[in-house]
Amino acid sequence: MIKLKAVLDNEDLVQMSRKNRKNSFLHALKRDYLLYGLLLLPIAYLIIFKYAPIYGILMAFQDYNIFQGIGGSEWVGLDVFKFIFHQNSFYRALTNTLVLNLLDLVAGFPAPIILAILLFEIRYVKFKKATQTVLYLPHFLSWIIIGGMVYLIFSSHGMANNLLNALGLGSIEFLSQKTNWLIMYVIVGIWQNAGWGTILYLAAMTGINRELFEASDIDGCSRLRKIWHITLPGIKHTIIILLILQIGRMVSIGFDRPFVMGNSLVSEYSDVISTFVYRVGIGSGDFSQATAVGLFQSVVGLIFLVTANYIAKKVGEQGIW
Amino acid sequence: MSSKRKMNVADIVMIFFLTGVAITCLVPFLYMIALSLSSNNAIISQKVTLWPVEFTLETYKTILSDTEMIYTLGYTIVLTVLYTFACMFLTICAAYPLTKKRLKGRNTILTLMIFTMYFGGGLIPTYILVKNLALTNTMMGLILPGAMSVFNMIILKTFFTELPENLEESAAIDGCNDLGILVRIVLPLSLPAIATLSLFYAVDRWNGFQDALFYITDKHLFPMQLKLYQIISANQQLDTQQGEGSVGAYIVPESLKAASVMFATVPILLVYPKLQKYFVDGVMTGAIKG
Repeated sequence: MIKLKAVLDNEDLVQMSRKNRKNSFLHALKRDYLLYGLLLLPIAYLIIFKYAPIYGILMAFQDYNIFQGIGGSEWVGLDVFKFIFHQNSFYRALTNTLVLNLLDLVAGFPAPIILAILLFEIRYVKFKKATQTVLYLPHFLSWIIIGGMVYLIFSSHGMANNLLNALGLGSIEFLSQKTNWLIMYVIVGIWQNAGWGTILYLAAMTGINRELFEASDIDGCSRLRKIWHITLPGIKHTIIILLILQIGRMVSIGFDRPFVMGNSLVSEYSDVISTFVYRVGIGSGDFSQATAVGLFQSVVGLIFLVTANYIAKKVGEQGIW
Repeated sequence: MSSKRKMNVADIVMIFFLTGVAITCLVPFLYMIALSLSSNNAIISQKVTLWPVEFTLETYKTILSDTEMIYTLGYTIVLTVLYTFACMFLTICAAYPLTKKRLKGRNTILTLMIFTMYFGGGLIPTYILVKNLALTNTMMGLILPGAMSVFNMIILKTFFTELPENLEESAAIDGCNDLGILVRIVLPLSLPAIATLSLFYAVDRWNGFQDALFYITDKHLFPMQLKLYQIISANQQLDTQQGEGSVGAYIVPESLKAASVMFATVPILLVYPKLQKYFVDGVMTGAIKG
C-alpha cells in the first residue's frame, strides 16, 4: 500500500516535470489545499497589517491630507525630508536615541552575560532556581508599572532619598537632573532585562561539552581560566548574534520606556525618535513628517543590521542569515 | 565535575552577589506594598521605607470600591484572553504548513514573513490604517493589528519540526489528512510550546501600552496599563515642575498610586511562578534549535 503510493507519487513527479509551471502549481494546490487553507488567514493578516502600512510610507513623499488619502494628496518629492533635516528637534531626538542605545549597549549588553556565567558556576541547584525565578520577574512587568515604581522610589520624598537623608547625605535629584536621569534610565533598563537576557546564554552554556570541563579539572585549571577558555568560547555565537541584533536596533527605540520615564525637566535627553513621532504624528497630526521620520529610522536601522551582519560574516562568524 | 567540592571563597562571593541582585529585584515590590499600606501623612513626612507606617487598608478599599477600576480589570482580562486565542490560532495556522518541505512556495512565504520582522511601515502608517479600518476605539483595534508575531511563529515551527516524524507518517497511512494530523497528533504533543507562546502573547497584551495610547481615546475602553498610566502620571508633572524637595498638595496620593501599581502587578505575580518552568524550557528549546 505504501509502496504503491510512493510509485504513484513518483509518476506524478515525472508527469509534473513535463507540464508547465502553472499546472504544477495547480497540482500542488490540489494536493495541499488544506495546508494552503491554513495559511490563508496568517497571510491575509500580514498583507493587511504589515504590508499595507508599507504602502502608507508614500505619505512621506506627500503633503498628506487625511481626508483625501494617499490617492488624493499632493506629491511633494523630498520636501518633507528636507524640512525634517533642517529641524533641531529632529536632530535632538536622533542624537538622544543613539546616545541612549549606545549606553544600553555598553552597560546593558555585558550584564546578562556576567549574570549567566555566575548562575552557571553556582552548583547549588535550589539556590540557582530560586535566584532565576526572581531575576526573570522584572521582564514580565510593563514599563508603566516599572515607571511608576521608579517614580515612587526615586522622587524627592521616595525611599531612595529618605535613606540618603537618614544617613545625612542629603537628597539627590534622581529624575529631574539630566545626567542623573540618563544613569537611572540605563540602570532601570539593566534591572528589567539582565535577568531575562541570561536565558539564551544559559541555553548555549548547557550545550557546551561537559568533557571539556572534566578535562580541564584534571589539568588543574582555575575557575577563571575555565570561564575564559571554555564557557565564553562556548557562548561566542550567541553573543555575536545578539550583538548584531542589538546593533541593528541602534536607531530604533521602544516607545514605552523613554515615554514613561521621561519628564518635562529632562526632555532634552529623554525625547527620542519614537516619542518625537508620537508628538508630531498623533499630537500635532502632521502625518507626513512623522512617517518620514519613521521611514528614515527603518532604513537606517536596516543598513545598521545588514552592515553588522556583513562584518560578522567577514570575520568568520555565523550571521543571522 | 567534582560537585561535592567544599564551598570556597569564590562560591561565597558569587552567592552574595547573586543574592544582592535578587534582592534588588524584590525591594521595589516590598516598597510598593509598604507605601500602599501606609497613611499619606507618613509618606509625605518621609517615614516609610520597607515597612508600612500608620497601617491602613484605605487605599485598597478605595480601589476595590471603584467600579471603573474593577471594570477595567475585567475588560483587560477579556481583552488578554481574546488576544491570546487569536494570536495562537494564527501562529499555529502559519507554523504548521511551513514545516512541510513539500509545500510549494514555502520559502517565498517564509521570506515574506521574515521580511516584516526587519522592515515595516512604522507607527504612523499603521495608525492611519487602523483609523481607516474603523478600529480606533474598539477592542478589535487592540487585538487585530498585533495578532501574530513572526518571531513566535518561527519558534513554534522549529518546535513542530523537532517532533518525531514517524508519528505523523503513521497517522497519514491511517488516512488522516493534514488537518487531522495537526489537531490529533501535532498539537497535543506541542502543549509546552503552546503554553509558553500563549504566556508571551498574554504578557504582551497585559503590558501593552503604546497601541492603546495611540488608538483608544474612549475611557471605557482603556486597558489596565493606560488607566494605570493616568493614575501615576497625575500630578507627577506638577511635582517635577515645582522642583524636587517641595511637598505640594497631592490629588492622587502616593499610597493610592502604589496600591494601583500593586493592583496591576498582582495578576502577573499570581500567574508567573506557576508557568515559569514551562516557559524557561520552551524558550530554551526554541533557542537551542532555532
